[in-house]
Amino acid sequence: MRFSDNEAKRYHRQILIDGWGEEGQIKLKKSKVFIAGAGGLGSPVSIYLAIAGIGKIILCDFDTLDLTNLNRQILHDHTRLGLNKALSGKLTIENMNPHVEVKTIQEKILPENVDNIINDADIVVDCMDNFQTRYLLNESAIKKRIPLVYGSIRGMDGMLSFIQHPETPCLRCIFPEAPPAELFPVVGATPGIIGTLQALETIKYLTGIGFNIKGKLLVMDGSKMEFRIFKIYKDPKCPVCGDKSQST
Amino acid sequence: MSVKVRIPTPLQKLTQGQDVVECKPGMIIELIHELDNRFPGIGERISEGGKIRRFVNIYLNEEDIRFIKAEETEVKEGDEVSIIPAIAGG
Repeated sequence: MRFSDNEAKRYHRQILIDGWGEEGQIKLKKSKVFIAGAGGLGSPVSIYLAIAGIGKIILCDFDTLDLTNLNRQILHDHTRLGLNKALSGKLTIENMNPHVEVKTIQEKILPENVDNIINDADIVVDCMDNFQTRYLLNESAIKKRIPLVYGSIRGMDGMLSFIQHPETPCLRCIFPEAPPAELFPVVGATPGIIGTLQALETIKYLTGIGFNIKGKLLVMDGSKMEFRIFKIYKDPKCPVCGDKSQST
Repeated sequence: MSVKVRIPTPLQKLTQGQDVVECKPGMIIELIHELDNRFPGIGERISEGGKIRRFVNIYLNEEDIRFIKAEETEVKEGDEVSIIPAIAGG
């Protein structure tokens, strides 16, 4: 695979990064990334992956755009209210980088369809807003032996980790149960930060540059601008990735 | 010297906005009881029936207490305890 002169120019400044080169750019162009959710996290994730030159983005969101989304979901704008968010995201992404192929999935992620929906993606970026779906993505990624970039936010708080079975703990090992559902407070800059970190983790994995945040949980307290890292461990009794699960 | 306990944002309403609280050394579960005596209601947000809720992680310095001795993990003077509940938003 090669890329055009136009692409070579477009990506010139990142090709200059140590270890990237033309080869790194080709790796990105050959990649398929599954982005689960086109909301607060999914917006910066989609934008930064698209302009970095990921070959194929699968953008999944069943929901339609609402006015209350616009304080944070920068893939969308007020002219698209009522439109499916994956479709709206595709319009934005293709406008930003016509070299990226975007496939939309407008279905809700459920236990019975999650494996098909993720299909043969190289990596999953978890940009969901609830743990039930996050757990489904986690299980499917483990079954498929593909990594998952976990990010979540609330208010000015955020978290990030890179999950890759069997090397790292899975999301169930980190949080065995879902927190109670709530209408969470949020300002757009918070998913802006965490989503951007998720995009960078994805790019690092796909190009093979640097080190992913494996076996660690980044916890951001934006109100004090503190970033702390905690160790996380595989739970041998984990029903998803533990010794007695189907996945080992 | 005492134990420094970091209170997560969603629970700071119960600690009158304090993000760090000083507690006595002892087992984690005793520390939660002390917190609940001083800030009524905080205990049930973190634990239930003497067990830490499974969507709340407690770190002793940078280690997860579930992989030490869970609720019976001993906390010494000078240690730092962080209460980190799962957050779901995206």
